[in-house]
Amino acid sequence: MKHVKCECGHVNPHGTILCEACGRVLQESEKDKKLVDMRYEGSARRSQTYNKTIIDKIWNFFSSVKVGVWLIVITLIASALGTILPQEMYIPPVMPAAEYYEDQYGWIGKLYYELGFHNLYSSWWYLVLIASIGISLVICSLDRMIPLWRALKAQRVARHEGFLKRQRIFGVSEASNLDVSYEKIKERLKAKRYNIREEDGNILAEKGRFSRWGPYVNHIGLIIFLIGGMLRFVPGMYIDEVLWVREGETKVIPETDGQYYLKNNKFILEVYDKDKDNKAFSNAIEEKGMVAKNYQSDVTLYKKKGETVAGQAPELEKVKDYSIKVNEPLKFEGYALYQVSYKLDELNQMTFRLNKKDSEESFGEIKIDLNDPKDRYDLGNGYAVEVVSYFPDFEFDDSGEPITKSKVPNNPAFVFKMISPDKKDGEISFVAIQQTIEPFGDNEYKMNFAGIDTKHVSSITVRKDLTLWIIALGGLIFMIGVAQGSYWNHRRIWLRRVNDEVWIAGHTNKNWHGLKREIQSVLEGTGIDDPEDQVQKETKE
Amino acid sequence: MVSLSGNLLFSSFILYLIATVFFAGSIKDKKGKMKEKGPNKWAKIAVFITIVGFICQLGYFITRWIVAGHAPVSNMFEFGTFFALSLVGAFIVLYYMYKTPLLGVFTLPVALLLIAFSSMFSRDISPLIPALQSHWLYIHVTTAAMGQAILGMSFAAGLIYLVKAVDQSKPSKRTFWLETIMFGLICTLGFVLVTTTFSLLDYKAEFNWIDKNGQQLKQEYTMPAITGPNEGELLTAGKFEPLVEMPGIINAKKLNTVIWSLLSGTIIYLLFRLIIRKRVGAVLQPVVKNIKLDLVDEIGYRSVLIGFPVFTLGALIFAMIWAQIAWTRFWGWDPKEVWALITFLFYAAFLHLRLSKGWHGEKSAWLAVIGFVIIMFNFVAVNLVIAGLHSYAG
Amino acid sequence: MKKRRLVIRTIILLILGAAVAYTLYANFTKDDIKKVVIGEQAPDFVLVDLNGEEHRLSDYKGQGVFLNFWGTYCKPCEKEMPYMDNQYKQFKDKGVQTLAVNVGESELSVSKFAERHKLTFPIVLDKDGQVQTAYKIGALPATFMIDKDGKVVKYHTGQLTEEMIKELMEQVQP
Repeated sequence: MKHVKCECGHVNPHGTILCEACGRVLQESEKDKKLVDMRYEGSARRSQTYNKTIIDKIWNFFSSVKVGVWLIVITLIASALGTILPQEMYIPPVMPAAEYYEDQYGWIGKLYYELGFHNLYSSWWYLVLIASIGISLVICSLDRMIPLWRALKAQRVARHEGFLKRQRIFGVSEASNLDVSYEKIKERLKAKRYNIREEDGNILAEKGRFSRWGPYVNHIGLIIFLIGGMLRFVPGMYIDEVLWVREGETKVIPETDGQYYLKNNKFILEVYDKDKDNKAFSNAIEEKGMVAKNYQSDVTLYKKKGETVAGQAPELEKVKDYSIKVNEPLKFEGYALYQVSYKLDELNQMTFRLNKKDSEESFGEIKIDLNDPKDRYDLGNGYAVEVVSYFPDFEFDDSGEPITKSKVPNNPAFVFKMISPDKKDGEISFVAIQQTIEPFGDNEYKMNFAGIDTKHVSSITVRKDLTLWIIALGGLIFMIGVAQGSYWNHRRIWLRRVNDEVWIAGHTNKNWHGLKREIQSVLEGTGIDDPEDQVQKETKE
Repeated sequence: MVSLSGNLLFSSFILYLIATVFFAGSIKDKKGKMKEKGPNKWAKIAVFITIVGFICQLGYFITRWIVAGHAPVSNMFEFGTFFALSLVGAFIVLYYMYKTPLLGVFTLPVALLLIAFSSMFSRDISPLIPALQSHWLYIHVTTAAMGQAILGMSFAAGLIYLVKAVDQSKPSKRTFWLETIMFGLICTLGFVLVTTTFSLLDYKAEFNWIDKNGQQLKQEYTMPAITGPNEGELLTAGKFEPLVEMPGIINAKKLNTVIWSLLSGTIIYLLFRLIIRKRVGAVLQPVVKNIKLDLVDEIGYRSVLIGFPVFTLGALIFAMIWAQIAWTRFWGWDPKEVWALITFLFYAAFLHLRLSKGWHGEKSAWLAVIGFVIIMFNFVAVNLVIAGLHSYAG
Repeated sequence: MKKRRLVIRTIILLILGAAVAYTLYANFTKDDIKKVVIGEQAPDFVLVDLNGEEHRLSDYKGQGVFLNFWGTYCKPCEKEMPYMDNQYKQFKDKGVQTLAVNVGESELSVSKFAERHKLTFPIVLDKDGQVQTAYKIGALPATFMIDKDGKVVKYHTGQLTEEMIKELMEQVQP
């Protein structure tokens, strides 16, 4: 291990550019420069000093800010690509994604799909990118924070002349009556909240050092945030389920181990009324036609009492009534229930009348519960209707047979057998919405449609996210770090007596304008000249 | 009250316009005087007018809030004008920090363009859909807009830097790109002029057309159709027949507007070049003659430093909190969310390049300009072109 | 000193690498996270069949159970039903019970379906979806094989051939 011993006696780690204690330039290549490079205080960044094993090489790769910036830029471009066409999760579920993209966007869509951009943000390579940024954050921070911390801790009051001379803000003044001036300066610096260290007539005034830790604090925040994001893949940490409940229905809430039940009492959809609501809205409402005002499910939350096995009717205990609205989820035991969607007027009951075709004479009505039809409805006097077949979501299949697409009564159809005293074996009739087929020739009786009952259905998202507090903590730490690094400055002012002169130098990590003004006001009337900004002097020449 | 609100906005627009003239005057005046004296009389008047304008616009904001019952930040017009308000606010703060009237010469026109551009969209006070009914609307949108406006100040500073630093004596890549930025600004102006002209002429042409799903629809053009809709059939008599017909997957009406804006922008730009016989950048160069480059660089950098945390807080953190409440998840890869992330990543890269790679001065100025292009893309294109959960603007 | 640095770096990189690897792995297996884990006890349930008889899964301890979730609107379900019926007849006396859980359709639809296909195995109705939720049923048909100790031995989604059904039943034969 090669250490570098400075003339001042301080032992620096290998690779140090500026002596940690006195600031003397240690590397030959830096000596020709007019200004020293003050990034990381000229400390030895570890990554750049060892490059032996494969581990070191990987480490050094991720330790490079250049690599970090490239990772950011690539992620940025990749993210932008994902917004050209909608992601798979946002396309309407009308057809498979493979067909949808080509159908909607032509060959561009096809290419987009084939490149996997329809699911870009959960693709392995995007995750690898984010993960690499995470690794880069850890390694970059470790490699820079420790040496910087060492350097700032080891710094001495008296800095080497070569160090002072190569500061951006630097000036030399003839010194007369210095003791008085020094007292004045110290007082003013103190008033400006500088920490002052004095040694042999040299002064180091420093403030806002903690702002140097801002970047590392915000990186820690980001890492915690990413860890939170990672944890959501751990089973049980994150739940995302959808629950459709009809009005009047009680259903078990998924992922609660059968412990919680939800009853939908009523779904409410309100739209803005241009006469009743704020008059200022009337133009906009007219323009847009209809603007939704409220989506709301009035629900009752139940908890199961005692132990039951799935399928047994549970004994339920009411927990609370609640109106779930958008922006107002129902929360309980770490779960949150959100109003996300709805289906209006789902068919629930249908009423038919048995009529004789020629006389239109009625023999009674039957009311069919579309979610639980009976197989026979007796009308009395020898009249009855049997349900031979029931298709809640009817369509004809390829061979022309009636089938049902789902169990939801979207388009109910029936095969009825109409029994009457004169037709004891019954007449068969196929009845769908706006459609009647008599497969065995003309019937004498028919089923006349007499009305419907509908119910709304609420779609509720069931969410549990145990990673939220980690994510929030990460976000909070990030914000603290960013504010710390952005809104405070680390300023240092050095005063050094060299023979009969006073050398003054200043450094800040940002806002030079502010530092210059501060130095000006500190030096005013002390007989010490304002130092010059060597960068500005250079550009002027 | 609604008309009062509108008048206040209009007054602020006029005041900003006058203030721009005074700021420009203060630069000219400065030549003969001592620089150390600080802002001259012209500049003092200019900043006073700016502040009055700012108060007027604040008045617009407050009165509209009272009328609507919610903060006016819920559509394209309202967001755009609030963005302009924040930009002017950020300028006033930076003006008192650095006392540079020149900044006003570049910032106020951007604010004016923003207000004019936003006013081309529906100015109706619209009721809030359920997802927007939350206090987070104000918290999230205003903070995000303020963050973007402060970041926008670095664009103004970057532009000043480039106008001064780019060598105009011979054409180069740098002059080309600087002219491209100017052209972009002029096209925005073109858009405003064309839209206003045709709306004054009350141009309306209705089309029957077939969309990509094969459905017949009606569409109303408010500008003469250069690009007509798919299988479009002009219904209004005496209006222009489209020159080109577009396939169903392209929104011909929006494309038409873009073409008109580019066209008018090109005409204005070419006229300018023809009459002045100089690049726009070259014409502006004398204006920035007296500014110190490193001061502009620092203003730009500070704007990013101040704006970045505000932007992150508003456009990401508050956005996530609200998204968790309204949309059940704090992050869902909605295009607007993604573009906020892109903006965040871009300025993160900016800061790293500056801090670790030493990208100061001109490089940093170019980056500031690109950053603002991203912000504007998020504001305009993501709302109008890439539809998503955020596209309430319509 | 140098050695210590190498060790520290290796450890940090390993931790980071493992975290990334786990995340990627979890991301690609997240779709087949199941409620019911192979090798674990199958969640118990009680359901009533078309004849009004109660079936409790735990009552079949000592026998293998072929547990099938289905719907009348599901074509592959319809296709495998006759095979199931054949094999049910073969195995019911050899200690393998068949239970077909309908996913909450009306009793009428189900009984008409059973009549039409002349199904003889017990069909139970999960009206309010409790059992489906407990087994986290998504796509149909879904078949669970449960052994004599009530443990899930196998899980299959999609249509089964008669061969496959036979093999499955042999697997859980006590």
